[in-house]
Amino acid sequence: MMKYMLLRHREIPNLNQIDVFLKEDGFEGFKKALKMDTNAVTDEVKAAGLRGRGGAGFPTGVKWSFMDKNNWPHYVVANADESEPGTFKDREIMESNPFQFLEGVAIASYAVGANVAYIYLRGEFWEVAHFLDEKIDEMEKAGFLGENIQGTDYSLKIYTHLGAGAYICGEETALLESIEGKRGQPRVRPPFPPSQGLYNKPTVVNNVETLSSVPYIIANGADRYREFGGTEKSPGTKIFSLSGRVKNPGNYELPLGSTFRELIFGEEYGGGIIDDKKIKAIMPAGASSSLIVADDKALDTPLTYEDVREVGGDLGSASVIVIDETVEMDWLITKTLSFFAHESCGKCTPCREGTYWMKAISERIHAGEATKADLELLHDVAKQVQGKTLCALGEFSTMAVVTSIERFPEDFEAKVYE
Amino acid sequence: MSLAEKYPQEVEKILAKYPPEHKKSAVMPLLYLAMREEGYITKADKADIAKLLDMTTTEVSSIVGFYTLFHDEKAGKYRLQVCTDIGCALRGAEQYLAELSDELGIKPGETTPDGLVTLEEVKCLAACDKAPMFQVQSGEGIQYHEKMTVGATLELIETLRKEAK
Ligand SMILES: Cc1cc2nc3c(=O)[nH]c(=O)nc-3n(C[C@H](O)[C@H](O)[C@H](O)COP(=O)(O)O)c2cc1C
Ligand code: SF4
Repeated sequence: MMKYMLLRHREIPNLNQIDVFLKEDGFEGFKKALKMDTNAVTDEVKAAGLRGRGGAGFPTGVKWSFMDKNNWPHYVVANADESEPGTFKDREIMESNPFQFLEGVAIASYAVGANVAYIYLRGEFWEVAHFLDEKIDEMEKAGFLGENIQGTDYSLKIYTHLGAGAYICGEETALLESIEGKRGQPRVRPPFPPSQGLYNKPTVVNNVETLSSVPYIIANGADRYREFGGTEKSPGTKIFSLSGRVKNPGNYELPLGSTFRELIFGEEYGGGIIDDKKIKAIMPAGASSSLIVADDKALDTPLTYEDVREVGGDLGSASVIVIDETVEMDWLITKTLSFFAHESCGKCTPCREGTYWMKAISERIHAGEATKADLELLHDVAKQVQGKTLCALGEFSTMAVVTSIERFPEDFEAKVYE
Repeated sequence: MSLAEKYPQEVEKILAKYPPEHKKSAVMPLLYLAMREEGYITKADKADIAKLLDMTTTEVSSIVGFYTLFHDEKAGKYRLQVCTDIGCALRGAEQYLAELSDELGIKPGETTPDGLVTLEEVKCLAACDKAPMFQVQSGEGIQYHEKMTVGATLELIETLRKEAK
């Protein structure tokens, strides 16, 4: 039984070499797709129930089927911005299993009729981008990119594009603005990218891990994909980036539906908390998370898009940051707020001003210089930002604030005076 | 000398990535190219890129201002950018930076007297499982250094110092 669908390089050495990849059934999915009707490829991905791994969990096949067929050319853009604090999975895929990812890009492009695809990488992934450029060249030399691929009339070029340090460029419309040579600020939606995306043309934007899941689905069929793991509504495996106060931080690929307990305490995975301290809270989706109280109920919650919601969180990009009893929440939110205040693109006032003020108040609380009224003010400001921002970053900035004050009030009350 | 004169093949390769009617898309890769020699972008570079892409110099400047990895001011030859964001901070990065800062005798934002290293504190670099970590940015690109100690960092700086001579 294969253990991995995405982190296959952990079982197969040198999988980032094209000859090894070819020996391991490399490009079988793409070869099969090229013989299929494009709609049939999209339908297979729909039937597999694959959901976007970039955070929102939107059904991938459904997204592809939204592409406007009366407006050409079409584009595919791979989102390799990977900037959510706590997330470090896409980088491992691109470094160690790059061809599976590129094959996914190629299948998606074929399915939606795109002849050009871009991979948008955060600027810090400078070396990864240069490495991918080499892999793209090798793939073209092997006849899987370029003109008339595998003797068909289908042609495809893949290009990398490096960002330059801006978390907001992970938001898909800001990312498209950035490729267009503008400041990376989100667009008003609708229109959504499948109607008007890059250069105002229909565009599919998918996360690296999402695209890397596609070759298996096409090569083996939707049913086999569902059998590999996961639940009815959240099929497949997912890479969990585990960090924070655990003994063994790292990426772990698990079927969706595994529990927080297995991930955090399993011997093969997180291995428990540093110095065997007590676990206090879980941030399941990086700095954008709500803080989940790490009680037995939460620890036994299946890791699916639906179930994590039941304990007051979101699976998001599955960047699980573990918080133990040594960490105080008033400190933690100074960290998340400093991040969001730095990364707000400034386009809308509630986010720009809200993150600035929340950061300032949280720092005063942490320094023991604030009153109880300030604490209430912080909660109020966060509540006022919610629902009033152009993109989700504004919303994200409030999640840890509101949930930590509501669920861990004692940490704050100890810091403020009357 | 303009970028197109200095690096003709590379400029051509960059422009070929984007549809000719959307050559503005080349602004970011060209800005990286402009930083290669000195590590920062000059006024002349901005005007040059603007001309090449039919943009205004103001537009190019606003791009430089928006993205944190573009610099239009001289700093140390190497920018040593330590992540102290949430993931790294939970695994000792703040203490690491404080000790490194002491050893180097400079605070984050400052440059060593010989102009070699500028120490900077940055947001998450997607390496939370390998803290403490930093990246080194220079005109030539960006490299990651993970699971670092202060000692190993000082050794690296010595190597860079020798190479710079
Ligand atoms: C502020 C913000 C940052 C985001 N950052 C990323 C990112 O780094 N990588 C990513 O794949 N998606 C990111 N997203 C989600 C994208 O907007 C988009 O939903 C995703 O790329 C779609 O791909 P998927 O359906 O395959 O998940 C971000 C969204 C927001 C609002
Ligand atoms: S919510 Fe924040 S990041 Fe998003 S568009 Fe508004 S200002 Fe920019």
